[in-house]
Amino acid sequence: MWEEIPPGTSAHSQAEVFSLAVESLNCKECGASYELGAAFFCESCFGPLEVRYDHSGLDAVELKRKIQAGSRGIWRYADFLPFAEGERPGDPLEPGMTPLVKADRLAERLGLGEVWVKNDAANPTHSFKDRVVAVAVAKAKELGFETVACASTGNLANAVAAHAAAAGLDSYVFVPSDLEEQKLLATGVYGTKLVGIRGNYDDVNRLCTELAAERPWAFVNVNLRAYYAEGSKTLAYETIEQLGWTLPDRIVGPIASGSMFTKLGRGISEWLEIGLVEGELPIFCGAQAEGCSPVATAFADGSDVCKPQKPDTIAKSLAIGDPADGPYALDLARSTAGAIESVDDDEIRAGIRLLAETTGIFTETAGGVTVGVLAKLAEQGAIDPGERVVVYITGEGLKTLDAVRDSFQMHEIDPTLESFEREFAPAQVA
Amino acid sequence: MSITVKIPAQLRAATGGEGEVEVEGGTVGEALDAVFDQHDGLRERITSDGDLRRFVNVYVEGEDIRFQDGLETAVNDGDEVTILPAVAGG
Ligand SMILES: Cc1ncc(COP(=O)(O)O)c(C=O)c1O
Ligand SMILES: [Zn+2]
Repeated sequence: MWEEIPPGTSAHSQAEVFSLAVESLNCKECGASYELGAAFFCESCFGPLEVRYDHSGLDAVELKRKIQAGSRGIWRYADFLPFAEGERPGDPLEPGMTPLVKADRLAERLGLGEVWVKNDAANPTHSFKDRVVAVAVAKAKELGFETVACASTGNLANAVAAHAAAAGLDSYVFVPSDLEEQKLLATGVYGTKLVGIRGNYDDVNRLCTELAAERPWAFVNVNLRAYYAEGSKTLAYETIEQLGWTLPDRIVGPIASGSMFTKLGRGISEWLEIGLVEGELPIFCGAQAEGCSPVATAFADGSDVCKPQKPDTIAKSLAIGDPADGPYALDLARSTAGAIESVDDDEIRAGIRLLAETTGIFTETAGGVTVGVLAKLAEQGAIDPGERVVVYITGEGLKTLDAVRDSFQMHEIDPTLESFEREFAPAQVA
Repeated sequence: MSITVKIPAQLRAATGGEGEVEVEGGTVGEALDAVFDQHDGLRERITSDGDLRRFVNVYVEGEDIRFQDGLETAVNDGDEVTILPAVAGG
């Protein structure tokens, strides 16, 4: 009955006995309940909507067996994603099951005990956004949309363009026009309509929120946002599985809108509730760039309101000045005795180099922010050497090459032994 | 001063289907109050105890009023005020 599905295939149609029933969309503020459609905010209080499942009557042992027998990527967690039984989507790009590597030399450099790096740059379009987009595009198809769209700081644009191409859907992606060239090229190549907005991400987001009411499109992070956000839970599930069905003590992850960060918490809470893992919620530490730090600033001020900012940072993928999930990110950090910290552009560049030199992983500026904050927390003595820390690296260094330009020197020589010897004179033996 | 207030599609039931409401007012707060006077159902959805609810964003000519003077932000004849839900994820 529990057929092994070969890794890399996308069949999700096994007979399924135990699964969570997807019930409704519920307002996170007032609890009002809505049908499972393309709705994204509460009509009585404007609060964001979230998918509700029925967790009752689940058998953790059977669920675990089913997960382990599932396909290799995120769809092994289909029971925790917002699709009805029998409507589990096929997914040609199946993201997920990215490496979780033990980073002993990074830990040593920072004076920490146990550090793990979840390298989510190892996804089809090289960021964690493939997880959320795979879920949103599948939902868009299920709901009958023919065009998908997004407001993006870059990585989401890459993912939407690619997943739309793979699914045979039309796509429009909206980005600030001053994005890194690598991100624009890696988006346009998929044949999407790439729209560069003269403005910052928050301008792009506002326009897309208005457009979502005018066009019959699935904006993955606007009208399908409740589903989209669920995809980030798979980062938490994988981490737990890769740690042998145990939890880390502390999590350090980046915050732009705060969606991924809060869904890491939601994913872990669900598995704790069901009994798939034991223990308690890890300490949640969020990372922002100083040049766009509305959540870190609110954390430092003891405020539960994130005052919007005009971003000015090299970490463009995290440059959301008005983070809609900010209040929930603050709640999560505070309720787990964590923190939300920020680092400046030089610390971001240093974070990229530190990770590259100690782990062989080349991350983009968002990863530099995350490693920078890890280093800062370590320096503050906030992390006990006995802790097991997981750091989320959510994007790829090749997409933000300017961040490392001129940070090292190439040795240019003639193709002769002499020239090499001149450059690299052997150490003199005394 | 004539101000156009744009209503999000999902709330148009409360305005009898109208997407725009023309009102008078010298500040964003006054313009919104004038809208609420015409369409009572909107007040409670958009505000709570006289303040905007925390997931409501308001823009004057595309600029978020939190970068200006909030509900005290001055509006000029012909300005467009837009009410939108806060959404995110880039
Ligand atoms: C590489 C990378 N990491 C993290 C994030 C943060 O995502 P969220 O908006 O869910 O906080 C983004 C968002 O754009 C991103 O591109
Ligand atoms: Zn509500």
